[in-house]
Amino acid sequence: MAWTRFGKKKDMPGGLWIKCESCGAMLFRKEFEQRHRVCATCGYHFTLPARDRIALTADEGTFAEMWPELCAYDVLEFNDRVPYGEKLVATRKKTGENDAMVTGTCTIKGIPCALGVMNFTFLGGSMGMVVGEKIALLCEHAAEKGLPVVLFACSGGARMHEGAVSLMQMAKTCGALTRLHRAGVVSISVMTHPTTGGVTASFASVCDLLLAEPGALIGFAGPRVIATTIKKELPKGFQRSEFLLEKGQIDRIVARAQMRDELARLLAYATGRDPVAAFKPAPVPADAAEPVAVAAEAAGKKPKKKAKKDG
Amino acid sequence: MSESPAKSVMQDGLAFERPLNELQQKIDELRKLKQDTHLDLDGEIELLEDRKRRETADVYSKLSPWERVNVARHADRPLTSDYMQLMLDDFVELHGDRVFGEDRAIVTGLASMDGVRFLLVGHRKGKTVKDRLACNFGCAHPEGYRKAMQKMRLAEKMKLPIVTFINTPGAYPGIGAEERGQAAAIAQNIYDMFELRVPIVCLVIGEGGSGGALGIGVGDRVGMLENSYYSVISPEGCAAILWKAGDKAPEAAEALKLTSKDLRRLGLVDEVIEEPLGGAHRDPKGAIERVKAQILTWLRELQATPIEELLAQRYRKFRSMGQPTSG
Ligand SMILES: [Zn+2]
Repeated sequence: MAWTRFGKKKDMPGGLWIKCESCGAMLFRKEFEQRHRVCATCGYHFTLPARDRIALTADEGTFAEMWPELCAYDVLEFNDRVPYGEKLVATRKKTGENDAMVTGTCTIKGIPCALGVMNFTFLGGSMGMVVGEKIALLCEHAAEKGLPVVLFACSGGARMHEGAVSLMQMAKTCGALTRLHRAGVVSISVMTHPTTGGVTASFASVCDLLLAEPGALIGFAGPRVIATTIKKELPKGFQRSEFLLEKGQIDRIVARAQMRDELARLLAYATGRDPVAAFKPAPVPADAAEPVAVAAEAAGKKPKKKAKKDG
Repeated sequence: MSESPAKSVMQDGLAFERPLNELQQKIDELRKLKQDTHLDLDGEIELLEDRKRRETADVYSKLSPWERVNVARHADRPLTSDYMQLMLDDFVELHGDRVFGEDRAIVTGLASMDGVRFLLVGHRKGKTVKDRLACNFGCAHPEGYRKAMQKMRLAEKMKLPIVTFINTPGAYPGIGAEERGQAAAIAQNIYDMFELRVPIVCLVIGEGGSGGALGIGVGDRVGMLENSYYSVISPEGCAAILWKAGDKAPEAAEALKLTSKDLRRLGLVDEVIEEPLGGAHRDPKGAIERVKAQILTWLRELQATPIEELLAQRYRKFRSMGQPTSG
């Protein structure tokens, strides 16, 4: 349930080259960033910082952040060698963010919506009181204004340092989504690498539409905990997006390069607009469709030629 | 759920019980001697009984969080099945999630108690080795959570309130559980419990293990037995991740603030139900009587509240948990 560490620092900030976590290829950083942190060799989708995600998703200059001032405090006086209070201060300084969630309103290809994006760089994107509160506030605001909600999940789970307070954020966020539902407003969850524990077991799984980026680790328990419990090696591709799709758990897998178009298209359906008008693909590099197939292969699936437009 | 703790830590966790058990043994011996020899030992027995009471009160008032976790896991602590046996006048068990299977880690059924009818949902751990295996030690799979919701929907239709007994180390972390959407099943239950149009009472009677507990834990009243715990992660799991050492579980238990008193102080549960002196395992009947009285009181209160008001209160309660500061 709780946050464990994923994706150990393989990309040193500032380095000219970074090594792909999935295929081991050496990637030229500048090109890697231009591809929005998708490996050019294998299509692996690296974790994307919240601000980059917003820039990639929202129409330019439309994102109006809400409740950025909210901060967690050391509600338990939690001390695992470093007091949580100090850890919070240091992490705020290091990341320039107050916590692991950025919320606000924006338009996506002209369609107004409420947007919430988790920030993995802030203590593993763990959900504590701030993440829970911001999602609840966002849902309440969206219900009032009739705005569809888009939530990008990226988290190791609940924040242990806030103990049962963090556990109860699962209830808080799910409760807020029931209010949104009652208001007849549509919610979309996008699960990105990694989405596990209390985040998967709450708001990320109970939105109306469930999307995932290719190859993302999505699950309840972390793979290490499962392997320890069952004392067996886990099957290839286990808990990856493609696995979840196969098991009927999610609606669609959407590559990062197509995510904005896809969201606009779904938001159009959700808000009584014309999806054909909304879905005007932005000019993307010719090889942009390729990574989807290769990512599927990396996750243990036969590569398939992706149709130009499916739908 | 997480790595199993070092054996020695587990045994140490109940070391405080030893002097109390020795005193009890002495009392039992004297009683037998009295019976066999007809000697007048009443004075001595009374003296020892008195000492036992004082020492038990003393020991139990000073338990560390880790020691309380071990009381919550005590082999003789009353389980959901004990509550059912001692509390209920009638019980009709209802099986299965209607989709995949029957998960014995969660029991569901129609119950009657002192003329009050309700749906009972509870984690089941099992007493014998065979039962424990069948119940997967109280670690439910997605079908267990889905069974719980399917029956809770039935309760809604029958206008029966819902009473849940929480006692799980956590939802099961396995391949099948993940394949069938463990996270989604728990999330859906939490979500749906906010919408159920009947009163809900939840009781943590032993282990409140994370999402596996919360999956049947959204209620209008949430109570905890004095020596139960409720935590975002097991002390062992927390120790393994943050301390990088499973044997630091006592430190993790301390840090997590997982005792009933802590949860009450943090405003995360409504009530702590006091246990008989020396814990529920010393007097299961006494403990179960208290829980029964609390359930009846709560159900009376809740039945008197209009349902829309109840749903609004249910949301407001969880909505208010964990309020951040503004910078
Ligand atoms: Zn790669």
